[in-house]
Amino acid sequence: MSAAPALKQTSLNAVHRQMGGRMVDFGGWDMPVQYPAGTVEEHLRTRNHAGLFDVSHMGEIDVRGSDAIPFVNRLVSNDVTKLVDGQAQYSALTTPEGTVVDDLMVYRFAEDHLLLVVNAGTTEKDWEWIKSHHKGENVELKNVSADYCQIALQGPDALSILQTLTSTPLEEIKYYHFREGEVDGVPSIISRTGYTGEDGFEVYAASEKAEQLWNKILEAGNYGKSEGVLPCGLAARNTLRLEAGMALYGHEINETTTLLEANLGWICKLNKGDFIGRDSLAKQKEEGIRRRLIGFEMTERGIARDDQDVLINGTPVGRVTSGSPAPYLKKNIGMAYIPTEFANEGQQIQIDVRGRAVGASIVKTPFYKREKK
Amino acid sequence: MANVPEDLHYSKDHEWIRVEGDVGTIGITDFAQNSLGDVVYVELPKVGEKFEAHESFGSVESVKAVSEIFTPVGGEIVEVNESLQDEPEKVNTDPYGDAWMIRIRMSNPGEVDSLLNAAEYEDFTKGEEE
Repeated sequence: MSAAPALKQTSLNAVHRQMGGRMVDFGGWDMPVQYPAGTVEEHLRTRNHAGLFDVSHMGEIDVRGSDAIPFVNRLVSNDVTKLVDGQAQYSALTTPEGTVVDDLMVYRFAEDHLLLVVNAGTTEKDWEWIKSHHKGENVELKNVSADYCQIALQGPDALSILQTLTSTPLEEIKYYHFREGEVDGVPSIISRTGYTGEDGFEVYAASEKAEQLWNKILEAGNYGKSEGVLPCGLAARNTLRLEAGMALYGHEINETTTLLEANLGWICKLNKGDFIGRDSLAKQKEEGIRRRLIGFEMTERGIARDDQDVLINGTPVGRVTSGSPAPYLKKNIGMAYIPTEFANEGQQIQIDVRGRAVGASIVKTPFYKREKK
Repeated sequence: MANVPEDLHYSKDHEWIRVEGDVGTIGITDFAQNSLGDVVYVELPKVGEKFEAHESFGSVESVKAVSEIFTPVGGEIVEVNESLQDEPEKVNTDPYGDAWMIRIRMSNPGEVDSLLNAAEYEDFTKGEEE
């Protein structure tokens, strides 16, 4: 049962194994794809109560110095100057062509201190990319990925569970904001963010505290009870984000897709001043895009999977970027790039499911939207 | 530990077959359903279709993955378990019972002899877990 020695591990690796996590190679990391409860139950529990995710494999890059904001603002598409202390922002590192080096979160601690949270599989690439664009600005860059654990508690019960472990008034933290505080006495960054479409928190703390936090949250969340918190693997994380219509790096976005094609125009602040890729994106916006990311649901029996062809009247016109059953919606859904002329709600398409053309219809995304209190 | 009933024959593709006369009942093993996770979709052939031994006759899908299913013996489909269309989760809960998939009239019943018995299959799955 031993994994290849080259795989990287988070500080919770032994805990995952102990809890019966089925471990897989995820971008070079040995991570649980599911626990014994199974993907469907993990997914539903997160929608209805709470799910706990080890996302310590994500990378963290610390940027300090008087030029922190202008430096990062030149590398990313969203406008870092709009952030206030204690606020987080979804953004992207872009290539000169307007395609995506990575998508990321930018946290502002102070005018001279930002933290960039990047994808696990791209951390090294991002780190090299960021360093290579450092041209004498007054910033100190540090790859602190190994220092942090990151644990995400998501779902309608997340706030009440986490509140039992911290004196930080969680209700006061607005969506996409964070506070520094303590969770079970452990100094933590408590961020009201997530990747599931639910309310919830992402807690960053020192790696060696991961096990303590993980176990305390499970205990506080009545793990083992029918409505208690469940640990969730990568498979549930994927289906949750897909229902919520969120892009996954390497699937919906990569270095061949532009932000505009990926419906991420809302994080392209073309008027904020120069940034890498700005001119290409501005030109693309003016000329129009040739293809666009759409969401679809199957109208006939069959499940679309990643990389399958999208057909219109039998002719391949595009490709599925993510396809899966949606456990909460009880539908089979997916996202795909198709030519702009066909990218309209209600357009009938077919997915080439291993040689069988199965009917589907373009629908609005997100597929799932939680009811706000 | 996966359940491996004594009275069945097994393939290295993780199908089981129960032989009654010249008809074989085929499904996937407990080990296979456990590796797949929650089964959400089963695609099966139609009665009357013919398959060679080791040919794919359908697929089983979990949330995460698609797995082809192969018939351990050749022959003609005489019955298909239609109930799996609406209740695919039975593959997880009762892989050797309610979740049988097809019944096939074997064109060469001797093919069963080349399959694994329960003890051999159990050893085989231990190797797969390593």
